[in-house]
Order: sequence, then structure tokens, then C-alpha cells
Amino acid sequence: MLVIEGLHVEVGRTEILAGLDLAIPAGEIHAVMGPNGAGKSTLANVLAGRDGYRVTAGRVKFLDHDLLAMSPEERAAAGVFLAFQQPVEIPGVPNMYFLRTALNSLQRAHGLAEIGPSEFLALAQDKVRLVGIDPALMSRSVNEGFSGGEKKRNEILQLAVLEPRLAILDETDSGLDIDALRVVADGVNALRRPDRAALVITHHRRLLDLLVPDRVHVLVGGRIIRSGGAELAGELERTGYTGLRDDRRDPVATIGASR
Amino acid sequence: MTSQVAERTWQHNVHLSGGAPAERPGEPAWLSAARRSAFDWLSQHGFPTRKDEDWRYFDLAPVLGLAFSPNREPSIEPRAADLGAVAGPSLGGPRLVVLNGRYSPLLSDVTLGLGDGLHVASLAGEIRDGGPGLAQRWGDGAYSHAFDALNAALAVDGVYIELAPQTTADAAIEIVYLTVAAGDLPLVSPRSVIFAQAGSRATIVETHLGLGHGHSLTNSHTRVVLAAGAHVEHYRFQAEGPEASHLSVVEVHAGEASRFASRTLAVGGLRARHEVRARLVAPSAELRLDGLYLPAGEQCHDNPVLVEHLAPGCTSRQLYKGIVKDAGHGIFNGHVIVGAAAVGTEAHQTNKTLLLSDRAEVDTRPRLEIFTDEVAATHGAAVGQLDQDALFYLRSRGIPDRDAQAMLVAGFAADVLDGFAPGPVRGLADRLVGSHLEAGSGAYQPEVKR
Ligand SMILES: Nc1ncnc2c1ncn2[C@@H]1O[C@H](COP(=O)(O)OP(=O)(O)OP(=O)(O)O)[C@@H](O)[C@H]1O
Ligand SMILES: [Mg+2]
Repeated sequence: MLVIEGLHVEVGRTEILAGLDLAIPAGEIHAVMGPNGAGKSTLANVLAGRDGYRVTAGRVKFLDHDLLAMSPEERAAAGVFLAFQQPVEIPGVPNMYFLRTALNSLQRAHGLAEIGPSEFLALAQDKVRLVGIDPALMSRSVNEGFSGGEKKRNEILQLAVLEPRLAILDETDSGLDIDALRVVADGVNALRRPDRAALVITHHRRLLDLLVPDRVHVLVGGRIIRSGGAELAGELERTGYTGLRDDRRDPVATIGASR
Repeated sequence: MTSQVAERTWQHNVHLSGGAPAERPGEPAWLSAARRSAFDWLSQHGFPTRKDEDWRYFDLAPVLGLAFSPNREPSIEPRAADLGAVAGPSLGGPRLVVLNGRYSPLLSDVTLGLGDGLHVASLAGEIRDGGPGLAQRWGDGAYSHAFDALNAALAVDGVYIELAPQTTADAAIEIVYLTVAAGDLPLVSPRSVIFAQAGSRATIVETHLGLGHGHSLTNSHTRVVLAAGAHVEHYRFQAEGPEASHLSVVEVHAGEASRFASRTLAVGGLRARHEVRARLVAPSAELRLDGLYLPAGEQCHDNPVLVEHLAPGCTSRQLYKGIVKDAGHGIFNGHVIVGAAAVGTEAHQTNKTLLLSDRAEVDTRPRLEIFTDEVAATHGAAVGQLDQDALFYLRSRGIPDRDAQAMLVAGFAADVLDGFAPGPVRGLADRLVGSHLEAGSGAYQPEVKR
């Protein structure tokens, strides 16, 4: 579903991603772990189409699309969704209205009829309950004054309403209480369908224990230096990243091969 | 044309066309005297120049360079349908129409919303038939500037509204000022007086609209007098034509424990200056002054505000927001004076500007002058562009760039517009803002740096 080949990305004059390869087949959930500053958010942002990154080499194929040639809204319409590491506050734009506008923008992009306010309300109420977000947050401005956890729950709510084909979660689990963590895991597990996939960026094993990824990749210094099965997360917890650095010359080496 | 020549031409025109303080037939003596003194003031002080603090950013030269002629009949007689097309449906209460400075019984509709205790008349009618009270409420002889005095010298008509003590006007009272031009350079000088007696309540919506084509100059003055405990919600929509010059003053005299809210919206005119001047003369009065202005194209919207706290325990809050597009020019010149007697004053002043183009121009000057202790006062100004992170966030959810920008612009305006009464008043505001932002080339089309 998603194939990234030899991706080099610069911010300013600094190369952040240095030949990154990653493939996520449909129906699978992949986790990406790595030390602070390794380039995880950079990868997520480049996939979602954020400005300020210069792709100097490499390709990203999503389904049949040349992803890097598309605008952010085209990527969203194609099914890409990024749950932000730092969700943005948007004063004056009510959360409910934002969510309906987003859903209807996707409907329009797909040539489907827009969803009316009352029908949307019913749909949103369901998802609000599912995600366990305080309904009062729906009439407030998007993320404005939300607590850290509320912002993350709001990302999951958007994920649940917009039903993307590829969900990219950038540390959505950070700062979440245990209940919310389960909500995230359930939300991602719901994507375990033949036409869906997820890329979950995390520092913590807790989330991976709940959602059990098909593959775990280790991103260090702008490249995937290790890939393995779910048990790689546990191994990383014991060894840390420092022990892995020596293996950079062999980016496809997999600890999970012992599985 | 140098400004002196312009000024002489102007004075000449104004004299010739009957603006001179010669008495008008049937005019009460107090009014002749008031007009004469206004004219004297004007002759003495002359028109403002760029050297005047309050006119530093507003270009008057094009106004003074044109030979506007006062108090002419409108060159076209608009019909009710023409009015409806620009003014939209009634707000559910009386609609009083002032056509080129004169009350139009033909275009007005006073069948709705008139109840006991609410007195509504043309100003000319009130001068003719009303009691002596009008003389006191006409004005205090203090003029902000030459145009303010010019209005006092030239005005013959407008609207008079009086609310008896403890009266509540349920529906909004609407005053529509229609300026009609057809290449004849009209100078239009409407004057209205609103007197809210003790404990009365009303919502008053003043809308300035234009019809026809060519330059025009509207120079209006509205005086609002609030007795003890009166509450007035005052709206002012300025949506004049694309070549119009617009100068106006709303002057507020706030009595004890009265509450006055002014909410202004400027979308029209080529150059428009709307001044709000409020004096809090008795204890515990509350003032709320909000403004939203959206200069686009070559438009200039100037918002001078003067609040004088003259009694203890009064509150004033100002929130002015500008959305400046194309080569538009937005000006906020807010001045709060807290006098020696005004202990326990609370005064807040905020101005925020959103620049949607790199040709957009903005001048902002919040000022506080405090002459007493025990005052809680804040002021601040911020100028910014669309938040690119927010824009990306919206687009990443599938919302197209243009719509996403529109959402952010609307979000910026929200805290001002959310103060507008829900229903027809908010509806009118949304309609004016919507059509203004959609009009012209590339409504939201970004000149925003990416
Ligand atoms: N706009 C930017 N300007 C300068 N440097 C940047 C910018 N964005 C990212 N970087 C740098 O790129 C590197 C990778 O950042 P990135 O946010 O992708 O790391 P990360 O792996 O997500 O880290 P974390 O685990 O802390 O979230 C960091 O060194 C960061 O400082
Ligand atoms: Mg990160």
C-alpha cells in the first residue's frame, strides 16, 4: 500500500532523512521507533505533505499515487491521515464544524453527497462516545485550550470519523492515560482490514503490546536500520538504541528473523 | 491641488450650497445658533491634515480634492426594490431609511415593532414638532474634527429615537442610510439622535449603504444618550459603494450604570473612517466597543476610538479586528483616557490584524492615558498572517486550501462576530462579510507567503 524508496529529505541545509526505505503492505500495522531527533516526525510530515521539507531523492508510492506530487488535501482524499505529534490550536473554528467540513470535503473529493448537519451530528455523537472524548470539546475551538490528552483524543476522533486508508500516528500515545491508550489501540486495530494500513510512531512498548504490530522498524539517523516482528520492541527496551547503531551498514538486517 | 486650495474650494462650495449659517426658514433659534457655532468652529480650525495625530494614516487629500456639494436631492429616486436589493430583508422591527441625508417616509417601514414608550421620528420632524429636550441632546458643541463640525453645520435630517423610562424595544430598530450618487458628487450629512431614558433597553442597527456610481461623501453623526440604567446594543454596518468616501462619528454619553455596546463592521467604501467617541460620565457605566473591518482592493478603513472615563467604577472593553487583503489599509487608533475622578476604572483595549497579502498595510496605535490610581487597564496590538501550521492541519484533513484559508479567516473574526446578536442581526453581518470576501478577484487567493 505504501512504498518508500531511498528517501532523502533536507530541512534547511541539514539532511534529516538519509535514504529511508519502508514498505507497508495493505492490511498491516507497522511501528516505527527511534531516538529523539531521528527523523520520525519528519517522515510523518513528509508523507502528509507539510511545507518546509525538501525531498532531494527517493520516491513514495501510495496505492497508485506518486504521493510526493500531491497536495496535502489530495493526499487526505486518497486516504492518508496524520495524527499530529503536536495538534494545532485553531481559534474561532468550532471543533464540530471543523470535523464536518473535513468529512464533507472528503465526500466531495470522492464525488459523494455531503452529509447534512443532523446526520453528521448522529455520526459524530457515536464516535465521540467511542473515543470517550468530552462532548463539551465539540463546541469549543479546535484544540484550543485542550489538555495534552484531550488533543490526542481529538486526533483519534478525527481518525474514527474520517476513516482513512493509511493512518500515520505520530506519538499519539504520548501523554495518554491508560484508557485513552486502549482507545488508540482499538482505533488502530480497526484499521486491520485488507484495504487499510497504519504506521505507528511511538517511544513506548505499552501501545505496541496492545495493538501488536506486524512489523517494527527502527529509525536512527534518518534511515531504517532494523526491522523485525513485534518482539523487536521488547528487545529495544532492553538494549536501547545505542547498541544498534553498529548495524547501520546493513539496513535490512532483521532481528525478527529468529521468529 | 494643495490642501489649502482644496480647503478654500471646499469652504466656497459649502457656503454656496446653503451650508453657511444663514438661518433656514422655520428653524428654531437654538438650532441656528448651534449650526452657526459649528461653522465658526470649522472656519477656525480648518480641515485636518496628516500632521494631526488622529489623521496621520488616513489620506484625506482625495476627499478634499473633490468638489462635493451638500444637501442636494438624490440624482436617482430609488424604489423599495432597489433598497431591498442592497439592504436585504427587514430585521423584524421598524426600518427607517435616510436617503442622502433626508428621512424617506416612502422607503421607510414603521409597521413593525413599534410599541408603547418607543418614539421614532425623522430628525427634521422632531426639530419641527418635538419638545425642547432635543436642544440639549443635539450635541455638546465639542467636535472631534472639522467634518464632525461640518455635519453639525449642514445636517437637516436623520432619525430621532426616544425610549421612555423602563421601555424595552423587543425588535431591533434599523436605520438605513442610503447614499445615492450618479457622478454628481453628493455630500450627505445625516444626523441621528438616540435617547434612551432610565432603565430602557433597545437594539439599534445603523447600516450605511450606497447606490449608483461615482464618488460620494457621507459625513454622518449619531449621538446616543443613555440615562441611568439604560442598555443599548448599537450595531453599525458600513457597506457603502466602491467609490464612496465615508466619515462618521458615533458619540456616546453614558449615564450611571448604563450599558452600551457598539459593534461595528466595515466592508464598504473606498476610504472610510468611523469614529466612536464615548464619555462615561457617571459611576458604574459599562462600555463594550467591538469592531471588525475588512479593507480589500484599495480600500482604507480607519477606526478611531476615544473612550473617556470620567466617573468611578466604569468599565470599557474594546476589541477591534482587521482583516486586510490586497492593497487594503487598516487603521486602528484607540485612545483611552482615565480621568482623575475615575477611580476603580477597568479599561481594556485589544487590536488584532490579519494580513492576507504582502501589499496590505496596517497602522495600529492603542493608547492609554491614566490620571488616577486604582485602575485595571490593559492594551495590546498584534499583527500577523495566516497560521501556516493551522492551514496545513486543515488541509491534511482534506479541506481544500481555499476553504481552509476561509475557515481560518472566519475563525479570526469569530470572537467579534460571536458578540453579534444571533438571528437577523448576525445574519446581516455574515451576509455582508461573506459577499465582501467572495467579491473581487481571488477572494482568499493567497498572496500569503508559503
Ligand atoms: N523545521 C526544522 N528546522 C530545523 N531543524 C528541524 C526542523 N524540523 C526538524 N528538524 C530537525 O530534524 C531532526 C529530526 O526531527 P524529527 O522531529 O523528525 O525527530 P523525531 O524523530 O520525530 O524526534 P522525537 O522523538 O523527539 O519526536 C531533529 O534534529 C530536528 O531538530
Ligand atoms: Mg517526533
